[in-house]
Amino acid sequence: MSHQSATLAAATRPADPTKLRALEVLPWVAALTFYFVAPGYEPLATQVFVMILFALSLDLLVGFAGIVTLGHAALFGTGAYAAGLLSVNGITDPIVTAVLATLAAAAVGLVTGALMLRTKGLALLMLSLAACFLLYEVANQATPWTGGDDGLQGVTFSPLFGIFPFDFRGQTAFFYSLGVLFLAFLAMRRLVNSPFGWSLRGIRENDGRMRALGCPIYLRRLTAYVLASAIAGLAGALQAQTTQFVALHVLSFQLSGDILIMLILGGAGGLYGAFIGVPVYMLAQDLLAKQDPANWYLWQGAMLLAITFFAPGGLTALAQQALSAIKGKLRR
Amino acid sequence: MPAGGGLRALATAAVLGTAALMTVPAQAETVMVGVILTYSGRDAALGDQIDKAIRLFQKLHGHELPDGVKVELIRRDDTGPNPDVAKRLAQELILREKVDILTGGQWTPNAMAVAALSKEAKIPFVTMTAGGSKVTLQSPYVVRTGWTLWQSSYPLGQWAAKNGFKRAYTAVSDFAPGHDGEEAFTKGFSENGGEVIGSVRIPLKTTDYLPFLQKVKDAKPEVLYHFNPGGPQATAFMKALADIGLTNSDIKIIGPGDITSDDELPNMGKAPLGVITMLQYSPAATRQANKDFVAAWKKEYGADSVPTFFAVAGWDGMRAIYDAVAAQKGKIDADRTMEFFKTWANPGSPRGPVRLDPVHRDIVQHMYLRRVEEVEGKLANVEVETLPQIGDPWKTVVLGKQ
Repeated sequence: MSHQSATLAAATRPADPTKLRALEVLPWVAALTFYFVAPGYEPLATQVFVMILFALSLDLLVGFAGIVTLGHAALFGTGAYAAGLLSVNGITDPIVTAVLATLAAAAVGLVTGALMLRTKGLALLMLSLAACFLLYEVANQATPWTGGDDGLQGVTFSPLFGIFPFDFRGQTAFFYSLGVLFLAFLAMRRLVNSPFGWSLRGIRENDGRMRALGCPIYLRRLTAYVLASAIAGLAGALQAQTTQFVALHVLSFQLSGDILIMLILGGAGGLYGAFIGVPVYMLAQDLLAKQDPANWYLWQGAMLLAITFFAPGGLTALAQQALSAIKGKLRR
Repeated sequence: MPAGGGLRALATAAVLGTAALMTVPAQAETVMVGVILTYSGRDAALGDQIDKAIRLFQKLHGHELPDGVKVELIRRDDTGPNPDVAKRLAQELILREKVDILTGGQWTPNAMAVAALSKEAKIPFVTMTAGGSKVTLQSPYVVRTGWTLWQSSYPLGQWAAKNGFKRAYTAVSDFAPGHDGEEAFTKGFSENGGEVIGSVRIPLKTTDYLPFLQKVKDAKPEVLYHFNPGGPQATAFMKALADIGLTNSDIKIIGPGDITSDDELPNMGKAPLGVITMLQYSPAATRQANKDFVAAWKKEYGADSVPTFFAVAGWDGMRAIYDAVAAQKGKIDADRTMEFFKTWANPGSPRGPVRLDPVHRDIVQHMYLRRVEEVEGKLANVEVETLPQIGDPWKTVVLGKQ
């Protein structure tokens, strides 16, 4: 089948997407600049990087495979608790725990995905929610292991590569999470531009036709789900490592919803939505909560409403429109 | 000044100038205090109580600092019992705003997370209303101006056993203070001949108490020990109690004062009548210091607003911070501040005399046994018995040293 879907993909493929565009360097330059112009903001920036990685994994599902889920935090939380529990039980190397946490989330993704992906649409949405609630409740009830509502206390990680300790200022955490995000992004970029990535787009657009072409839809969707789970788990592990803490919130429905909002805000299905939506959402949140600690949710809601009305395709679409308008003017 | 030779004038000017320079630093000392409380969401009412106390204290006593010394507060919203959020906010307050003192500490999980940071960053942390005993063990830079669950529930267990109750059931919110309350009550009760026949832990974020109360009803204990974090949750519990028919039944309801918190009493109907609680404060108390405090509160926030024990914990927290700032004339040093807190006391607190225990930095205060009664047509927690100067029993009974 790969041959057929590859030809299909080639037919619909725009200009060679594997070629690096100048604009794509921008987020990384911005991240490094941020480090120099905003000292003291490292913890916030680290949080943003972790959430971008998490949003990227959701983009693979929502934007490319067309699998809309409301329980993506289940996998993020699995990764976070896996890393946290390993640390509490004496395995504190950041790289080792990150790898094991990624595998743990992939395993959970395989089990839940194998069940969920037999359904589509609303049923799938409900099942993803249910899986998230189930895991949340398990963590909530298993107080002796997880600390329940008190959170997992005593999470510490040994220095990165044995050299860089996770310092109080958050410098190691900053560069570590930025590095992991960069590597994961390169892998994701490769993935979505591969024949496999294009077959996912095909399934999203018209799964009946893909089936007629001989594409094993269930397997493809499951593979995408497990891969997305692994990346979400990696993001969760990063969260546990950089904050040295795991709270029940990492498994919550609220986080699942928040990350979906951040992705839609940026624009799903282009890999770059996460890089715009997450910083905008989180920096606005930080700013609003500082200005008005009591009513900031209201302002955040107003902001989201405005964006949904005026930029329904997300901020990336808006930026692209603006960009092509400028280009058009220049040509004239 | 007589105008002598040019040289002499110059010398005088130099001396005066040096003297002026030496006094300059004393003029503008601003102490930055980071306040992390719950300002939004379901539990905003509790954070609001503390914040109102903070504002009232600043209004009434803000001018009592030495000349040129100022206290500036920076507020942050932890959105509820979310230790990860509280920890990040504390980190940012330390790194970005360069705060000298941290306070707030509304929730035990949050306070535990912030306490760990206070140790790393060497920033004094005045936790106001977190009730889990272990909070002060997290860091040598933590003091507590509120209460612990052991302070109320251990004596309450003793009281229940000595007053003829033999079979008890416990139902607590499933987080650190709830676990502390359950353990403290059980210990106090069983040491004096009582038997706990069953216990249930209720998820912290629940809104429906009925299934848990059904279990209690079926077990038919003589007394039910209950703890929830107060505020709207306390009302939800009392309403469920009425719905299931346990008010004025053969099962006596007792617990820490959180379950009949004074700001919620007017919303509870008649359900809490006769409920016995143990707490360090009731706004109905007739001490002069309390009468003044309640009068000032009502003048500021309206006749219907009632200060609760959350407010008093915030009030005394501010008192401690201001006293420490005044003692150091605005130049805050973490270790000197902690040294100061060891001997800190406030004999004129609205809740009666309080002081800090120098070893564990926990509050030592009177505990009052109260009964919910109707006073002039309104429900009130009426103090019926006083247990003088109780420290945190957990540190003596369980930790075994003090």
